[in-house]
Amino acid sequence: MKYELRVVSVERSLFEGEVEFIIANGADGELGVLARHAPLMTVLKPGPLRIQETFGGPEQVLFVGGGFLEVLPERVTVLADVAEHADEISVERAEEARRRAQEKLAGTLTTAEESEFQQALAVAEARLRLARMRRA
Amino acid sequence: MPAFRDIVRRIDSIKSTQKITKAMQVVAATRLRRAQAAVQATRPYADKMVEVLQTVSERATEYKHPFLVRREGKRAVMILITTDKGLAGAVNVNNIRAATRYMNEHHTEGQRYVTIGRKGRDFLLRYRREVIADVSGVSDRPTVVEVLPAITVALEEYTQGRTDAVLLCYAKWISTMKQEPTIRVLIPAEIPQREGGSTGPRADYIYEPDPESVLDGLLPRYVETQVFQAVLENKASEYSAKMIAMQNATNAAGDLIDALTLYANKVRQAGITTELMEIVSGAEAMRASS
Repeated sequence: MKYELRVVSVERSLFEGEVEFIIANGADGELGVLARHAPLMTVLKPGPLRIQETFGGPEQVLFVGGGFLEVLPERVTVLADVAEHADEISVERAEEARRRAQEKLAGTLTTAEESEFQQALAVAEARLRLARMRRA
Repeated sequence: MPAFRDIVRRIDSIKSTQKITKAMQVVAATRLRRAQAAVQATRPYADKMVEVLQTVSERATEYKHPFLVRREGKRAVMILITTDKGLAGAVNVNNIRAATRYMNEHHTEGQRYVTIGRKGRDFLLRYRREVIADVSGVSDRPTVVEVLPAITVALEEYTQGRTDAVLLCYAKWISTMKQEPTIRVLIPAEIPQREGGSTGPRADYIYEPDPESVLDGLLPRYVETQVFQAVLENKASEYSAKMIAMQNATNAAGDLIDALTLYANKVRQAGITTELMEIVSGAEAMRASS
């Protein structure tokens, strides 16, 4: 059974359509959403959002750099922080971003700055994993 | 009377200026369309965000996020959005005037600014205002990542208790002919009321991890979205104003060319008349003497 899925970031809409199953990286671990899932609101951690138009069929992967997932009876919405299609991510760029974040971590930082860079690092690493996954 | 050639040279120079202003007008028109499309593209996210905020805040009523608490003090941080380049009509002047006036009226102590755009920064620094952060050189297709540092600085000022409010000033796009400087209070944040009263008991969610953490995550993003939208709208206003300014410049150049062409022809005619008179009087003199 299908339901309506919408993935939006501040800059643009990334996905709109009918799907059967998605897997997202929630605050308390990975979670899958099928039709008639109970209403849910969760914080998303940086990572891939896997979309299956038919259950078990081919997957479309979006990268989500954090955000929110809202499940309503008729509709599922993802408010993505920085979302891009997995094929738009290059390994080089992800590596570069990770290197920068690590360099900054190495220096002395305030706690606020540190948590910000930890976040940047998590984003970079998740991107890298995803890009590798694609390539394999 | 100036020489005919000098006037022609001046006409040529104005013609090339006119070509440039004409080109700038066309470019501004194209960019305006793009900027408007970018503003439109943020709507789905922003609308959904407000909807979710309303639902969550109705649920977590006893929890007061610091961004929702009204503080008594008179200090404020103003995020001032201007353009990087000039030739954009009165957009920048209006924004700067609106921002500084509002600050002087409502926030008499601890006025500080975060600027997005070079024009605002340069102005404020010249008048020795305190600018604590600046983001300039925002690209023509702004991304959230570019604007984020400015917002982070402003929010940090608030969370660390160094200011009592965070404000935003930008040029609201009304029509191609009209842009209006607009001040918005970002913090203390107001969650817009649901339209048409309450639509009955809303479907409530299971929260992961809990409503408070969701609200903690939502509020900063709500502020970011508002600032980002303002940056985009300011771009649209900039290009509208630029388009009109360049159109006026092109028309003015056309008028000037017409007037100068008329003048050049008069000078040429006068020259011919003088020459003719000289020849005729010369011939007369020769005949008289023979």
